[in-house]
Amino acid sequence: MAPAEIREAIIEILEDIAPDEDLSTLEDPKAFRDQLELDSMDFLDIVMELRKRYRVQVPEEDYGHLNSMASTVEYLTPKMEDIAV
Amino acid sequence: MPKDFLKGAAEEYDVVVIGSGLGGLTAANVLAREGRSVLLLEQHYKLGGLATWFKRPGGHIFDISLHGFPHGMLKSCRRYWTQEIADSIVQLKHVRFDNPMFSLTTTFDRKDFTRLLSTDFGLEESRVQEFFDTARSMNFYDDQAMTTGELFEKFFPGREDVVRLLMEPITYANGSTLEDPAITYGIVFSNFMSKGVFTFQGGTDHLVKSMEREMIRNGVDIRIRCNAEKINIENGAVKSIQVNGREIRTKTIVSNANLRSTLFDLVGEDYLDTKFVEDAREVRLNNSSTQVYMALKEGETVDRDTGDLLFCSTAELFRTNLLLSKDVSSRTFSFYYPDIRPQGKNRYLIVSSTNANYEDWAGTDKEQYEADKQHLIEDTLNSLEKYVPNCREKIDHVEAATPITFEHYTKHKLGSSFGTKFEGLGVSRSLPDQVKGLYHAGSVGIIMSGWLGTINYGVIVANDVDSYLMKSESKPLASS
Repeated sequence: MAPAEIREAIIEILEDIAPDEDLSTLEDPKAFRDQLELDSMDFLDIVMELRKRYRVQVPEEDYGHLNSMASTVEYLTPKMEDIAV
Repeated sequence: MPKDFLKGAAEEYDVVVIGSGLGGLTAANVLAREGRSVLLLEQHYKLGGLATWFKRPGGHIFDISLHGFPHGMLKSCRRYWTQEIADSIVQLKHVRFDNPMFSLTTTFDRKDFTRLLSTDFGLEESRVQEFFDTARSMNFYDDQAMTTGELFEKFFPGREDVVRLLMEPITYANGSTLEDPAITYGIVFSNFMSKGVFTFQGGTDHLVKSMEREMIRNGVDIRIRCNAEKINIENGAVKSIQVNGREIRTKTIVSNANLRSTLFDLVGEDYLDTKFVEDAREVRLNNSSTQVYMALKEGETVDRDTGDLLFCSTAELFRTNLLLSKDVSSRTFSFYYPDIRPQGKNRYLIVSSTNANYEDWAGTDKEQYEADKQHLIEDTLNSLEKYVPNCREKIDHVEAATPITFEHYTKHKLGSSFGTKFEGLGVSRSLPDQVKGLYHAGSVGIIMSGWLGTINYGVIVANDVDSYLMKSESKPLASS
């Protein structure tokens, strides 16, 4: 998957986790928490969905990389580049 | 021959969950949904752990621990259980306080508390907002040096009335005190303040039965009256579980049993580091409770304005030791109206809860124990009289539970009804470092207790287990 496709995958997960949020205005460099009503359980759900859908593991010490869309995509790119779309 | 409660059980499962408290149930459900084979073991004949209920003649059904939880429960039920369960969650809009310092009714959310604190209590609104923001920004991994008492002193110095309003409900919700780390207060208080207090319409029995149906749909193998006896360990990793005299293979175990019983009875010290054992021994259990259950006669009612939750006290000041004292001056009444707690008939129920010390109830002879119980009931009725006039004539059934009762039914040491103090969380979380594949998801660390805390902790641990199982699949198992 290319970065743009990884971004799309994250958007799909967020749509399921936060169905009431408008994701079209999401600013990639800004922290998710400053734009969306996400709590620590929501971030855990992102981690669980990544494993379920793409078999990608995000260890607890790396949760900080999921701060914004930009940092998430950057962190996941090497982990997901071999996944076929 | 006694009935074989394990009849038809498989030889091996991906995960075995010991105990069916809300944390165990949720971990089992989440893992089954991820496609794991799950065996759920419960020693009692009923699922739910302390999320339980009992029936009495006359059609009365009493809830033990259903008193109110934060709005976050709605999201957790929708996501980790079903929409149907989430749809049964309703708000309790009348939270009432009555003590020598103040009497008021509130919806118990940030907006209404801001109003109360800045008008009735005469505080500067910016200070109140600052307090709310501070509490909301707290994380469980933050610095624990500050206590809840110090947090209050920093924001509202000398204001014992404000402390009482802010603290009393949380003490009843999770047993925490002014001496505990401020984060245990901030996290739980903020969860409630986000939107108020909620309950499950239909009662605990309805909830647990809905959960059972969902687990069956997802393929969980549920076994009641199955007592886990021993966790078998080989080369530092979980190998199998001994249950009802049978050995069942598994790579992972989630123990929803009491933390200490898990470590010292099911595992055994020999398999744990000395340092870890020391830390585990120092984990303080939280206090226990007493409860008085009262059911009204058919046709008798309670006025809705009496409140859903009533924090009442005759103590002049708010003190932690007074809340725990056997000489009760403070109690919480939970009122169950027929629309919230349908019983088939239009029945009204009232449950009074008080935090209590185990030591005060253990060690008395049977005669004294029964007399103490009767005294507790009489005291409670005297207190209720102010809010439900002629309550003695209206009541059809009344009985009491003490720390000894809680100990008997839950097997919790010291009858602990709120799990452990904060340090229990670290011990619980680091168990997999001691024994590979072994996880604990019980009521620990104050923030992981209560209905919402324990459900969410079940999810956190299910995530760890699923991750561990995936890792062990991707590499050859017989590495040594």
